[in-house]
Amino acid sequence: MGDLVLDDLSMRFDLPNGGAVQALQNVSLELAKGELLSVLGPSGCGKTTLLNIVAGFLAPTDGSVTLNGHKVSGPAAERGMVFQQGALFEWMSVRRNISFGPDMAGKPASETEPVVDHLLRTVGLQDFGDKMIYELSGGMQQRVALARCLANDPDVILMDEPLGALDALTREKMQGLVLKLWKETGKTIILITHSVEEALLLGERLLVMAPRPGRIHKEYRLPFAEMGVGQDLRMVKKEKEFGERREEILSMIWDMEEEIMGRQEEPA
Amino acid sequence: MIVFLIYVAIFALAYIAYRAWDRSQEHRHDFTSLKTVTFGDESAVSANRFGSVVSIVALFAIWGAFTGSVITPLHVPGPFVGDTSFSYTARNAAGETDDATVAVRVFKVGEDVPLPEVDANADGFAVDDALKIGAWRSSLGRPHENDIGGDQEGYSVIAIDGQAIAPGETVRFSDGLITMTAKGSLSIKPDTGWQMEPIWLPAPEAVVSAMVKIAVDGYKNVSLWEHLGYSLGRVLLGFAIGSIVGIPLGYAMGLSNWFRGWFDPIVEFMRPVPPLALIPLVIIWFGIGEQGKIILLFLAALWIMTIAARAGVSGVRISKVHAAYSLGASKRQILQHVIVPNSLPEIFTGARVAMGVCWGTVVAAELVAADRGLGMMIVNASKFQQTDIVIFGIILIGIIGYGIDILIRVAEKWLVPWKGRG
Repeated sequence: MGDLVLDDLSMRFDLPNGGAVQALQNVSLELAKGELLSVLGPSGCGKTTLLNIVAGFLAPTDGSVTLNGHKVSGPAAERGMVFQQGALFEWMSVRRNISFGPDMAGKPASETEPVVDHLLRTVGLQDFGDKMIYELSGGMQQRVALARCLANDPDVILMDEPLGALDALTREKMQGLVLKLWKETGKTIILITHSVEEALLLGERLLVMAPRPGRIHKEYRLPFAEMGVGQDLRMVKKEKEFGERREEILSMIWDMEEEIMGRQEEPA
Repeated sequence: MIVFLIYVAIFALAYIAYRAWDRSQEHRHDFTSLKTVTFGDESAVSANRFGSVVSIVALFAIWGAFTGSVITPLHVPGPFVGDTSFSYTARNAAGETDDATVAVRVFKVGEDVPLPEVDANADGFAVDDALKIGAWRSSLGRPHENDIGGDQEGYSVIAIDGQAIAPGETVRFSDGLITMTAKGSLSIKPDTGWQMEPIWLPAPEAVVSAMVKIAVDGYKNVSLWEHLGYSLGRVLLGFAIGSIVGIPLGYAMGLSNWFRGWFDPIVEFMRPVPPLALIPLVIIWFGIGEQGKIILLFLAALWIMTIAARAGVSGVRISKVHAAYSLGASKRQILQHVIVPNSLPEIFTGARVAMGVCWGTVVAAELVAADRGLGMMIVNASKFQQTDIVIFGIILIGIIGYGIDILIRVAEKWLVPWKGRG
């Protein structure tokens, strides 16, 4: 059990100027419990739309999302979300941010506190529990965002470019942390990213999407995530296969971008 | 004009003196001191506290110098005070001329002084006279009433201290000016100097003593604290009701299409109407009592607080709301734990603006009609030319307005420390 099924999702909406956008077309996907899927694609390929539909923030025009046999109709605690930045509550301490989900569910503090302590240690913030959010660096804030999501014990974690705003060094450390959390918790994770390297490193499965209309272009099964758990990710990047895959996907996306540019440059 | 030139001169001199002193000092090598580009770099410009102090000292020095205050050693020339005299030459109906002296005693208004004594002068038809004149005032000398035969046709004064004079002309005597009126009287105006008369501008110490007097005795049988309390109480009550109605209204407008559509035209229309423009209508509808004033201040605060709360709701990042929903929060919990705290910085900004507007409005409303309150105090004092009380009241209104602003800023720092750090 624990399967997440995306069945023939399509999303089309009208524009004020009379046109229409086909953001997604016939996207189908099945994820088993504990799978880590990364989604990659050029801008406008509908990857964020896809994530928002799974989260329940958007309704698809066709198709459906089912989790554990239940149809998704709105946001819920079973599908946690980690955003790029600015989604933490800066009027609360780190601790209160992490315990937000259990607090809202009305769980007693005696039950929540040990969980929060454990999560603070897991993400390496054991000394920062009583700090305010604005006192933390960007990388630390994303650690809080991960911990806050985990505190709610969701079945699926949806990550919308969670490391996109971090500097390169912090980003590398955080990629290791994401792998560690994935392995330790056994959560199903969908991670959206702009970075080909990140998608390869973190994706047990990798989905390359194509734009206009947003659709699945190609899917890979990759060994790197499993290799990277607890390892130096730089060693993984040195693998010959890693380099080949990176070049392959980069040129694939490059071609898509070229195609879009070419189409736009044609006279109307 | 002279005051303005003196002020500019003090400004320039203080600046030059400060620069000279500053250059002779050892400087700390902080980061700003190493900047070579400071002109146009906002972060390199901070208020020079030395300049602030000199600015305030200069204001009081000029105020003191032009009012003959005890707080300043230097004064501009004051009005002539003391005894002086002039002589005039009169011609009578028979064509004879005779001289007489007028003794003039110039006294400070409010003092009780006797007329200067004059010797009986019996060697001609012109008779010596005595006058007393208050400083800054003028007085009429009437030689034609005093002199023997002055009431006859052909009598006239022809010279002052040997200078010829005719009706409408003005001549100088030793301590002032004399103008002959059309009827032949002499209008005597002793020199006024450059100092301001207390009814125009009282000295700083007069304002302080007015303050002490009002603080002890009250004004119009009402203690100062009561005047103050009424003004502040009206503002706080009006602001509180305005917030209680305005903030929820703003939230509703930020959260619901229907509320926003319904109230948008009303709020957008009422916002640019200055509360002062509502005073006449409020007086017509509610009279000049407390009720009308509270309603006026309520209206002054309402729109500002509504718009602040609406902006606070609109300013919430959608990712925060999405995150809260994904963590299982209900609508009510999102309102309580996300939307309200997120809007607090905007609400505090609105509160600062609203309190400022309310304070201005209450003073204006009291100027128009009230039986107590600071605005009433100053407008009433002005009717009796108690300028010291008027100035004291203005200073007090300024200090309280400033104090309210500082209090809200302190509260803001304490209650919303995350402001601007989202």
